[in-house]
Amino acid sequence: MERETGTFTVKSGLAEMLKGGVIMDVTNAEQAKIAEDAGACAVMALERVPADIRSEGGVARMADATKIEEIMQTVSVPVMAKARIGHFVEAQILQALGVDYVDESEVLTPADEEHHIDKWAFTVPFVCGARDLGEALRRIAEGAAMIRTKGEAGTGNVVEAVRHQRTMLRQIGWLRTLRPEQHVSAAKELGAPVELVRQVAAAGKLPLVNFAAGGIATPADAALMMQLGVDGVFVGSGIFKSEDPAPRARAIVEATTHFNDPDALAKVSRGLGEPMPGLDIKELGEEGLLQVRGW
Amino acid sequence: MKAGVLALQGDFREHARVFADLGVAVREVRTQAELAEVHCLAIPGGESTTIGKLARSAGLVEPIRQRVLDGMPVLGTCAGMIVMATEVKGGEPLLSLMDITVCRNAYGRQVDSFETELTVAGIDHPVRGVFIRAPWVERVGQGVDVLAEHGGHPVVVEQGNLLATSFHPELIGETKLHEYLLGKV
Repeated sequence: MERETGTFTVKSGLAEMLKGGVIMDVTNAEQAKIAEDAGACAVMALERVPADIRSEGGVARMADATKIEEIMQTVSVPVMAKARIGHFVEAQILQALGVDYVDESEVLTPADEEHHIDKWAFTVPFVCGARDLGEALRRIAEGAAMIRTKGEAGTGNVVEAVRHQRTMLRQIGWLRTLRPEQHVSAAKELGAPVELVRQVAAAGKLPLVNFAAGGIATPADAALMMQLGVDGVFVGSGIFKSEDPAPRARAIVEATTHFNDPDALAKVSRGLGEPMPGLDIKELGEEGLLQVRGW
Repeated sequence: MKAGVLALQGDFREHARVFADLGVAVREVRTQAELAEVHCLAIPGGESTTIGKLARSAGLVEPIRQRVLDGMPVLGTCAGMIVMATEVKGGEPLLSLMDITVCRNAYGRQVDSFETELTVAGIDHPVRGVFIRAPWVERVGQGVDVLAEHGGHPVVVEQGNLLATSFHPELIGETKLHEYLLGKV
């Protein structure tokens, strides 16, 4: 029998398998091992965690291929890696390396201010960030197989992830109230293809898996996002910028599974040491925001 | 009757939907108390290492094994197959229930994930097999029946009350294997 690879079912299917899990940012093989041992359902390979990108400045690019390969050889869970927005050659390289998912990410410095990557052209699946429903549907139209809220990476402050998820929920709720003749004007307002708008209006949810990202630093943050209806969480700087990464990573994994059980959450929230230092979003100013990258 | 779905991590909602489509009450299982309520169990696709750690910390490993010894039917898909196996290449056995040797991520990485058409014994239509970083079965013990093969490896296996697939019938709304499981209750 013939095998079909790179179909949309296969691409979005891996995202379905990651649900209820925690995807952790790692910058080397040692961190990847800690993440896997803590129960991460996947790891995200990158050069520097967002908090360091934020403090060090400069152009943030795809991680070095050797680093990514070391991480792939060290862990058996899926390995994701970040490419710059619009940098389709970084994505081609990541696909050639055999990474399991590409994150076209606003955390890296955008390579194209007008166009995102044509993700249909790839066998490897893509996850993309979104602040609202229109942005999510535009990424899906470009071939993304998984969505995440952008939040505000590297801040340890969950407020933007909450804002983005609540915006998504509010807009989906609004679509549900519309009559069919209103779908085209809704599509115009959202800046999204009408077919996808109709699909969301009928189903009452995004057509793809949606994780939370950007600012999750504690087990409670992870459970908060899960209770707000996301399918799983990405934790970037929150683990390896904290005082004691391994127990915190384990606790966030437990909290993501038992998100609706306050007793279980209380149990895992003990004795974790200091979380990463947080940043007030207002102090960053418009210039300091990563979430406004991409459109 | 209540069907259980192990809801620690993975595509447990898809399994729950299949049971619901078959008109059966469903319980997500994350605790021993929830396990005690159900008459059969689906173990979903997901990350087998993650599911294993969460099952251990929730104290579910021995209780599931005991329920199976007492006759509870179990269907495991992909990661579910891995956690049911007695021997795991590239990992550790968790429940050690089914006498098979599985090899994790045997078809390769995600870019090698695929779909194909399968013939499954007892199902009168072709089944769309979606294989995502899937395991394959390298050895089946005595008393294990092979219900489907692909590329020379068993992909649906049955041993008494236990049923396991390398692929994901739940992802495409294929209900026959869940129906077969319910028939064992």
